[in-house]
Amino acid sequence: MSTTAVPDVAVAPVDEGFWTRTRKVGLVLVALGLLATVLFGALATDEPARFTFSEDAAGAALEINGTFGAILFGLLTLAAGGAMLAGLPKRWFIPLLAVGLVGFVLSFLCWQVSDAPTGQNFMPLVNIVRGTFLLALPLIFGALAGVLCERSGVVNVAIEGQLLMGAFSGALFGSISGSVWVGLVAAAVGGSFISLLLAVFSIRYLVDQVVMGIVLNLLALGITGFLYERLMQTDAARYNSAPRFSNWEIPLLSDIPVLGPALFRGNIFLYLALLLVLVIHIGLFRTRWGLRTRSVGEHPTAADTLGVKVLGLRYRNVIMAGAVAGIGGASYTLALFSFTKNMIGGKGFIALAALIFGRWSPTGALLAALFFGFADQLATYLGAINSIIPGQFLAMLPYLATILAVAGLVGRVRAPAADGKPYIKG
Amino acid sequence: MTTHPQPGSPDKEPASEEQAARTALGDTERAQLASTPTALPERPTLGRLFLENLWAANTFTVTLLSLVLAMVVGAVLMIISDPDVLATYAYFTARPTDALGASWGLVSEAYANLFKGSVFDPGATTVTAALSPISETLTYTAPLVFTGLSVALAFRGGLFNIGAQGQATMGVILAALAGFLLPLPPGLHLLVAVLAGAVGGAVWGFIPGILKARTGAHEVINTIMLNYIAVYFLTWLIVQNGVQDTRRTDAISRPVDASAQLPRLFDEPLRAHTGIFLAVLATGAVAWLLNRSTLGFELRAVGANPDAARTAGISVTRTYVLIMVFAGALAGLGGSQMVLGTTAAALTPLVVAQIGFDGILVALLGRVKPWGVALAALLFGALQAGGNRMQSYSSISLELVTVLQALIVIFIAAPALVKAIFQLRAARAARLQTSLAKGW
Repeated sequence: MSTTAVPDVAVAPVDEGFWTRTRKVGLVLVALGLLATVLFGALATDEPARFTFSEDAAGAALEINGTFGAILFGLLTLAAGGAMLAGLPKRWFIPLLAVGLVGFVLSFLCWQVSDAPTGQNFMPLVNIVRGTFLLALPLIFGALAGVLCERSGVVNVAIEGQLLMGAFSGALFGSISGSVWVGLVAAAVGGSFISLLLAVFSIRYLVDQVVMGIVLNLLALGITGFLYERLMQTDAARYNSAPRFSNWEIPLLSDIPVLGPALFRGNIFLYLALLLVLVIHIGLFRTRWGLRTRSVGEHPTAADTLGVKVLGLRYRNVIMAGAVAGIGGASYTLALFSFTKNMIGGKGFIALAALIFGRWSPTGALLAALFFGFADQLATYLGAINSIIPGQFLAMLPYLATILAVAGLVGRVRAPAADGKPYIKG
Repeated sequence: MTTHPQPGSPDKEPASEEQAARTALGDTERAQLASTPTALPERPTLGRLFLENLWAANTFTVTLLSLVLAMVVGAVLMIISDPDVLATYAYFTARPTDALGASWGLVSEAYANLFKGSVFDPGATTVTAALSPISETLTYTAPLVFTGLSVALAFRGGLFNIGAQGQATMGVILAALAGFLLPLPPGLHLLVAVLAGAVGGAVWGFIPGILKARTGAHEVINTIMLNYIAVYFLTWLIVQNGVQDTRRTDAISRPVDASAQLPRLFDEPLRAHTGIFLAVLATGAVAWLLNRSTLGFELRAVGANPDAARTAGISVTRTYVLIMVFAGALAGLGGSQMVLGTTAAALTPLVVAQIGFDGILVALLGRVKPWGVALAALLFGALQAGGNRMQSYSSISLELVTVLQALIVIFIAAPALVKAIFQLRAARAARLQTSLAKGW
């Protein structure tokens, strides 16, 4: 937050008096718990809610009476909130919050699944988990691109454009060459191209980084849309029929129930995303490069004094970020769909939200992306069972969650100190 | 963006070269000059002054050259995406005239259509046909003025309002609801609908404003998020009972009553409507607000330096909230034009198009000054109108207009680059006079 720029407006009461942050969150959880117990419990039917370990109604399943489940999990949330209100030590905060939120979601699901039309009172967990990861994929790549950029002090609002350019060049060059690998490299280069523009204009020409990001999104939208209409629409067979990566089954791991079929029979992008989270996490917090990157993002002058080449490092990281996001874009065009105009459709901004919600850390970004992917998948599922909850409101969830996080209602989020400030040597 | 040295700027180089040249040729001539009484250095003529200023990096020249650069890049895109023209480059060394002729034909025809669709078509035979390009341009310009002003106003107060899109969306929703739900007499109905649009935008601007003031949450993040919340709200609302058009199964709302629609300027086929007058009024009002009113002074003071403003006794929190409410109301007015004007008469998921995001570009191109914003909106409106004709006559995708718009702004945002490319002389101005709170 720009607390340094405007100190007086940024004064949030930090743990003062009785109403500490823990108690406030506890109060919210109690309210949610009451809502779940009373409302969801009343609306749920006595049909059993089944959570199957497969892709359909068959096979082993966890089963619970709808009303009973909705009330039970609602009470769980209530208890977690109550414990927070009672003033438990701070180390219990995260576990209790997790229990409370999971309880709320489960209570909600018990209601929804039991309330579904007859014969559809089941939730195929394999589908849900797989869909969650699939929908989270571009978010993970995008948020990682954001981590790389912003940890070194360059605001990356252009994630949307990088994803889009990656998707486009992956599709174009994959189609022309007929090789998925050429497509993958081209996607990385395409994403880096947008990144390079961001780097040159924000580092060399000191253009405001947020402004540049927004403009670059429009530029990417325009260029890909223009070339799509000129090339791909006129000759789709030649320019927009990229080969696709097939799914790779990992032996042994793919036999784990639920997680196996959902996670370990995926395509290269899924493995690559998880690997990148690990690599960037270790890189940032365990290597020399990571220490330098973080110091450049927090206090470039100090880093410069110690001999770190601030601008060079920023250039390198921003361009790397573009490559990561570009590959994320290719996770669409080289695995799932052929390219269409504006096919990223705002995913880049959800990725930005995931980055912020995940507090600028790779693992946090992964969890946030999965949460957003789950919300997305849940919307699809609820649509399929004719739920009375409109999908649009679930789709709003990531954005609402981010606003709440940024406003400091669910813990504080703090960006790297030098994020967005150009560094002028001298 | 406030203060930075212009790296690599060719400041003063021409002057020093000139001096060097003068001293070099000096010795032989100096004797002659010294002997004559007219040895005083010659005063530059008016024409020469004009030429020098023309080639200096002032706002106008940089903007014009940015437009030229953008069109050059656009031409390259057109050429590389046309297989027929590209084929002529295969034997470029053998017969370069083929390639150049084909490229020129393609590009000049496209840009000619851009002009004919937005300003004047020499081939027009009737009055309606002659007025049509201008009418189209004005139709596209009106909402952009509002969203541009919204972004510019926030910029001047040190806030980056990326939420003009969401605010316009809320504006269009409330304006349309007032337009087909309220049974009011003509005139009053229009007034209520327009005000409803402003209120919708103001509410959507108030949220990030109060969050910024109370918790320090960065307005860029919150306005981005609110954009999407507004869009999902719109797509949900359209298919609700009482809102959706009963004769349709797709996502479209009931049309706005005729009594709530902005009157047209000309007869039926021409689309220009009175919204453009509202836009001019709004520009004047914002100019007055910024430069003549107490609030405008406080706003600029906060934008320039919040700490100093606070020391001087200005309430920074109150100013932030007010800025965002005003900015939101302006964007909401822009949104209301999309459904009360002639662009559309009913809500659809894409009814606001891109006016919010385009507003950001318009504000930057207009150097965040009210009348500059109005001119920039006119240029963007013209590009949009001409783009339509370019698409239908030369089958050049309308997306090229988005590319041109983005490129123009990239170039004007980095005047040092334009200066370096064209070897311009240094001059004052030509820099975006914004002071944003940096970072998140």
